[in-house]
Amino acid sequence: MALLKIHEPGQTPLPHEDERQLAVGIDLGTTNSVVAISNDEKPEVLRDTSGGNAIVPSVVYYGADADPVVGEAARDQINDNANRVVSSVKRLMGRGIADVKSIAGTLPYHVEVPAEDAEKSGEPMMVRLNVGDRVLTPVEVSADILRALRARAEASLGKPVEKAVITVPAYFDDGARTATKDAARLAGIEVLRLVNEPTAAALAYGLDNGAEGLYAVYDLGGGTFDISLLKMQKGVFQVKATGGDAALGGDDFDHAIAEHLLAERKDGGTTDDLDASDAKRLLKTARKVKEALTDADETSVTVSLGGADTTHTVTRAAFDAMIAKLVSRTIAITEQVLDDADILADDVKGVVLVGGSTRVPAVRKAVADLFEQDPLSDIDPDEVVALGAALQAEALTGGSDNLLLDVTPLSLGLETMGGIVEKVIDRNTPIPVAKAQEFTTYQDGQSAMMIHVVQGEREMVDQCRSLARFALTGIPSMAAGAARIKVTFNVDADGLLTVSAREETTGTEQEVAVKPTYGINELDMANMLRESMVHAREDMEMRLLTEARVEARRNVLAVQAAMNADRALLTSEDEDNIAAAIAKLEAAMSGEDRDLINEQAEALEDASRPFAEARMDARIRQALAGRNVDQVN
Amino acid sequence: MSNTGTSETRTAEQPQHKVCWSCKGPVGATSLFCETCNAIQPPGQLDHFTRFGLKRTFIIDVDAIEATYLKQQQLLHPDRFASKSAREQALSSQQAATLNGAFETLKNPVARAEYLLRLAGHEPEGGEGHTVNDPELLMEAMEMREALHDADDRNAVDTMIKDTRKAARACEKDVADALEQNAYDRAKKLTTRLRYLMKMTEEARAKKSRLAAA
Ligand SMILES: Nc1ncnc2c1ncn2[C@@H]1O[C@H](COP(=O)(O)OP(=O)(O)O)[C@@H](O)[C@H]1O
Ligand SMILES: [Mg+2]
Ligand SMILES: [Zn+2]
Repeated sequence: MALLKIHEPGQTPLPHEDERQLAVGIDLGTTNSVVAISNDEKPEVLRDTSGGNAIVPSVVYYGADADPVVGEAARDQINDNANRVVSSVKRLMGRGIADVKSIAGTLPYHVEVPAEDAEKSGEPMMVRLNVGDRVLTPVEVSADILRALRARAEASLGKPVEKAVITVPAYFDDGARTATKDAARLAGIEVLRLVNEPTAAALAYGLDNGAEGLYAVYDLGGGTFDISLLKMQKGVFQVKATGGDAALGGDDFDHAIAEHLLAERKDGGTTDDLDASDAKRLLKTARKVKEALTDADETSVTVSLGGADTTHTVTRAAFDAMIAKLVSRTIAITEQVLDDADILADDVKGVVLVGGSTRVPAVRKAVADLFEQDPLSDIDPDEVVALGAALQAEALTGGSDNLLLDVTPLSLGLETMGGIVEKVIDRNTPIPVAKAQEFTTYQDGQSAMMIHVVQGEREMVDQCRSLARFALTGIPSMAAGAARIKVTFNVDADGLLTVSAREETTGTEQEVAVKPTYGINELDMANMLRESMVHAREDMEMRLLTEARVEARRNVLAVQAAMNADRALLTSEDEDNIAAAIAKLEAAMSGEDRDLINEQAEALEDASRPFAEARMDARIRQALAGRNVDQVN
Repeated sequence: MSNTGTSETRTAEQPQHKVCWSCKGPVGATSLFCETCNAIQPPGQLDHFTRFGLKRTFIIDVDAIEATYLKQQQLLHPDRFASKSAREQALSSQQAATLNGAFETLKNPVARAEYLLRLAGHEPEGGEGHTVNDPELLMEAMEMREALHDADDRNAVDTMIKDTRKAARACEKDVADALEQNAYDRAKKLTTRLRYLMKMTEEARAKKSRLAAA
């Protein structure tokens, strides 16, 4: 049996210098965002122009008739203009109204469905936010944050930045990932890859320490909790298992404190009736209390709401008790993930802490107790994710000896009879992955089949997250059970799903990139792009031109490689024709005319066809000769 | 919609030479990259064992195939093609997905046994949603399920995990023997039993973490 040949590819893959654009790493956090760049595997965070803070609060202020303001300055507006400030928007990415109801109490702003749309479609809709006089989708708000980060990077590097690796919580579902990519598109950023936050953090540590073995990454930020187990060996970072909770983080600690403060006020006879802006201010106060308790054993605070000032003392012990349930939830999830991967806490060689909330002493202690070791924290937990993303951005544009192998965070499946979920791809399956499953019709003459794609671990459809529905139509009339419908799930390296369905006996086919149930439809997207980015068209043109050049260069190199390998088969006439075609193609490549490049690339293909045929003929003759020898022996 | 099982591609006789899509010259039927121009090739219809340079046997060295897997993934993964043409990116994604599928199948004993059965032209029995009618096995499974249901502390569940794992390991040996002797009917039955044992271990583990969380 012929064994598989591994042909080491040469050192040619890097694009020419002129086309190697800057690529940054972006940690697009619930609370804080950071942008970083890496050169020669040395990543660095990009600070504001005064060389100050690396952290950009993920907060946007929408003033009347003014451009959005992002970051510290936006956060400063919370006290005076709470209804024009949006924070924690990441919690709403890819969410529908129903989801939001369940977390509504924890959201610092009004969420609304424009009535007219809701009536018109009756479909589940993406959340929209009423901000001052505007109605915005979470995607647009995220895009504003990304624009600010891009501007910061460009100011700091003095060059245009169009490409980025953007991190997402490992636990983000398909809808939230798509929403993140859409936001980048609106901000004019080409996403090289969506990388999971814990994986990025591990990358930052792994490269630094060159350490082999099993690592746990515990990431507790403002709004999300993620836990991942990674194995590092021979330059490969393999995610073994991942888990988390997309709605658990420091914000919940703030809530616990806020509720405690309100309860104390009530005990003291003050009844509060909070409006949205009161709530925002109270949460801001609560967060100050929480952060103070990281260093101090107790802290005092004055709450002024509705004209009534009250003063409170909160001890760390009291705070620990308030958050004990939340912390144990993260530990239970961590244990579950260890179990999933069939790994004992003892096997873990190092624990990486990520996210601002891992500064809370009770959190550190819980993690240290579980793993029976002090966690690593020599890289700033606020910066580590962006640093890892920057390393990955460099690896993707400039090549690397290291490789990240990630997994699907949640199982993907289909609805079958009785609302039962048939899993097609299990959680923690390495990506990219393609898997097919066959189904059949259950009624005589059934001509269409609804395909309902869901994500989650539960057995019933209504307990899982609905990702998409589509119909495979045109199934020819057959008896029940005779049709063979093959449904294929493809998850790409970004963790995004495409589903196609095909009736095997006739070849009736339907392919859908899964449109998240709560996504933005193409039309809205096109409108937003038009409104927000005058240059969208030019960008697109530029991208197509670059792609044409990349393709043409590959073409030239391939023909040249063939000429070197099989010079004996090259007639001088062919050689002249090919040389002339290459010269013309290269001339076209240095210009801006995409059509001309494609035309000349085709001409090169024509010119080299006789040579290619001669090569094939020679190989077939050789093979036949070989077989004859075999037969003789 | 009702399920009719996972579809599998059968291997056909491989042609000796294919045409490289990039330089249009000859390229080996099993080559990942063109020997002449280095272009990545489509994954083709290789069987999983061939992909890893192995003979078709149940007993394999999982660590060794993992090393091959990592080495191939270093070359094929889409991250290696981020600045290449759209076509090469798509091929890389297909190659990496095929490689992942092959590795996942080979490293899991049940999937590996089922795959070997299919390669030998025998459809394995009792996939999800299909009925199994081996009364002995059904009895054994019922007893295990009851035992797990009754186990109400961590130690009891732990013992169960150990027992089912041990039984699974012994069963793996039997599967290997049956396949070695081309005793496919026996191999089918044993594979079904192995699947049950693995599933029980999993359920016991899940129960253990539920008990721990409570
Ligand atoms: N010193 C501190 N003590 C306690 N919590 C902190 C401290 N510093 C930051 N945090 C909390 O960390 C969270 C933000 O963490 P971060 O990792 O930036 O979040 P995200 O990744 O969600 O954007 C907030 O809830 C913030 O209050
Ligand atoms: Mg974060
Ligand atoms: Zn070639």
